[in-house]
Amino acid sequence: MIIYGTALLAACHLVGIYLGDLLGKLLGAKSNVGGVGIAMLLLIFCRLWLHNKGHLKHETELGIGFWGAMYIPVVVAMAAQQNVVAALKGGQVAVLAAFAVVALNACIISVINKMEVHEDVDNVKNVATHQA
Amino acid sequence: MMEMLEKLMISNALVFAFAFVGIIMLLSTQLAKRLTNGRVHASAIAILIGLGLAYWGGTQTGGKMGLADVKLFGGIGLMGGAMFRDFAIVATAFEVHAEEARKAGLIGAIALFIGTVVPFIVGASIAWSFGYRDAIAMTTIGAGAVTYIVGPVTGAAIGASSDLMALSITTGVIKAIIVMVSTPALAKFLRLKTPRSAMVFGGLAGTVSGVSAGLAATDRKLVPYGALVATFHTGLGCLMGPSVLFFATKALVG
Repeated sequence: MIIYGTALLAACHLVGIYLGDLLGKLLGAKSNVGGVGIAMLLLIFCRLWLHNKGHLKHETELGIGFWGAMYIPVVVAMAAQQNVVAALKGGQVAVLAAFAVVALNACIISVINKMEVHEDVDNVKNVATHQA
Repeated sequence: MMEMLEKLMISNALVFAFAFVGIIMLLSTQLAKRLTNGRVHASAIAILIGLGLAYWGGTQTGGKMGLADVKLFGGIGLMGGAMFRDFAIVATAFEVHAEEARKAGLIGAIALFIGTVVPFIVGASIAWSFGYRDAIAMTTIGAGAVTYIVGPVTGAAIGASSDLMALSITTGVIKAIIVMVSTPALAKFLRLKTPRSAMVFGGLAGTVSGVSAGLAATDRKLVPYGALVATFHTGLGCLMGPSVLFFATKALVG
């Protein structure tokens, strides 16, 4: 049944966020620490476990897949409720800080991701020398 | 007649939101195909339309929730609120290849750490150069540059004034919007191609909303990997902001 999938998703969501709250309290962070991430990991483990047991029916998967596919429309709705007016009026400090952070982070991301290509090249080289 | 229609939409707010967002998606798919020949992702256009509507809503009502503050569009607030957003993000984890995520786990964690410390330093430094010389103001603005939730949580913890908190939230919101809008255009420069690169991006770019919308507009397949890391961003920021980062700032500026 489709609802099994949606219920599994809901259970992972709730348990994950609860654990995130708990972790936040434990660490004194005054916020949720990685609740959604924990929920995602739970769902990944549940899928692997159910799949190995042969309990994962196509219908069950549909109950989760639907919500995954709703993701982009939900993000559009999220964009539609940002405080864009305040952001555009935000004052020089806010605008400058935000731009500087994004620009610098973009460079760091680019550098780190560049290393990935190098690793791949190295691996290919290693394989090549190995074969030679 | 109009009154009846309005009543119908308000009492079926969420259902109306589904239909309304569906129309935005349809419109943006057509625009992407016809105007840009498929070069710009339809989701990117849809997100821009969303932000545009948020601006319109904000000027109409003077509220903080964009279009969701307009009575007729209350359902947008529910559909795009934290509950549905997180539910849909968790659902995308179903598509994650566990092996890929595990392989990039360490680099994701490193990116997360850099993505918390670097924005803080940049934000705090710019605050300093604008004359915010005390540790509380610098920390609050710096934390806002991490995410718009870390800002106020940190500010509240260290006793910042409300105008500082507002400035810090604004910094975070602007950052999220820049990430949303610029990611598809910068995808090549950022080398966003693999699950690993998406996890690095999720750790460094910060803000779940920015990362999730940015990746959605770039390549839908990468969303769960970026989101998996980005969702730890706020937690780590709220953890480090009022503690390590505040003490470090205090030690530096007194």
